[in-house]
Amino acid sequence: MSDEEEDDLILDELDDGELVLQMHDDLYDGMADEIAEGVNILLKRGWTPYDILTKALVEGMRIVGIDFRDGILFVPEVLLAAGAMKRGMEILKPLLVETGAPQLGKMVIGTVKGDIHDIGKNLVAMMMEGAGFEIIDLGINNPVEDYIGALKREKADILGMSALLTTTMPYMKTVIDTLKEQGIRDEYIVLVGGAPLNEEFGKSIGADAYCRDAAVAVETAKEFMARKHNQG
Amino acid sequence: MPTTLILACGALAREVLALIELNGWQHMELRCLPAELHLHPERIPDAVEAAVRAARGAYSRIFVAYADCGTGGRLADRCKTLGVEMIAGPHCYSFFEGNEAFAARGEVTSFYLTDFLARQFDAFVWKPMGLDNHPELRDLYFGNYEKLVYLAQTEDAGLTKAAREAAERLGLEFERRFTGYGDLQAAIRAYKV
Repeated sequence: MSDEEEDDLILDELDDGELVLQMHDDLYDGMADEIAEGVNILLKRGWTPYDILTKALVEGMRIVGIDFRDGILFVPEVLLAAGAMKRGMEILKPLLVETGAPQLGKMVIGTVKGDIHDIGKNLVAMMMEGAGFEIIDLGINNPVEDYIGALKREKADILGMSALLTTTMPYMKTVIDTLKEQGIRDEYIVLVGGAPLNEEFGKSIGADAYCRDAAVAVETAKEFMARKHNQG
Repeated sequence: MPTTLILACGALAREVLALIELNGWQHMELRCLPAELHLHPERIPDAVEAAVRAARGAYSRIFVAYADCGTGGRLADRCKTLGVEMIAGPHCYSFFEGNEAFAARGEVTSFYLTDFLARQFDAFVWKPMGLDNHPELRDLYFGNYEKLVYLAQTEDAGLTKAAREAAERLGLEFERRFTGYGDLQAAIRAYKV
């Protein structure tokens, strides 16, 4: 489609199926205004906030995630896409609370002490929220007591830790070791992520799983929560 | 006839050459791997191994002028397997300042430039982050940083100006610290004849 034709596209004239596909494209291209417009159109047509979130936004970001993983998209494009999704989420979030969207679990998330790089952490938090998890975002540079305090206070199910630096990622082990010392390690699902990590590192520090991207984090969290419920 | 190969990150080329000249280390030869590896640390161990294997036989000693550089210990493991030594420390920011002094500062919210990065700011920072096309992403990347610290290896007013401008473009405070060659000099000096 030429730019001119794209400029002429009137979202409200598309049927639901076409509009959702167009929103996937708009998310891919990081077009925040178009995403906000698409969300409002679907709301006007009687879609539930939860359906818009999952079928238009989360599915669109899933596609973005796949192309990022395959080296087709790079960090700047993912950030633009995430910015567009955020715009859609801002409209939907208050409505999701009102309409009682399903809650899959509660996650405490933050970057570890000494690390201020929060792009990955923010992406994971947004995608987890989109998938139906309640997120307690501790932000950046978290010492062990912040993580553990939040886990207990919030009665969370999942701890998510993120690090971008090879110099800060060992701190994840400090947190997990402290959970063990306090005898509460098994009460939480511990997921770790960040560019320099890998599965081997995740295992070596005693995490439940290393998640290489936000989509994997969501799927992994869902699997672990399902197992937890089966055990219960 | 050179007997020692210094296999270095391209971002250290000028500095290693300057040290060779300054100290009259005629027995040393420099070979560089592309500085772009700086942006893909996961590729560094394989690249170093290939270069070491290719150079073996032509030199009596090989020194790898890389620190850990984001490889999470994997480069150190590879060097150990290959039987070659490398620079101690997490990265060039640290060994230029001196590993002990750098660690003692415990800075979390500083973004660092060296002479190389001040000179190549657009090619190695601005463009790879997509800021040439999307400057609106700047605060997503740098919003948690407070200052840009220029770790200067040389006295160069032009580079200081470039580093100061980089700080302005990133919306960060600016600080210049003269480091000279720091631990790099000592690491290479160990290979003098």
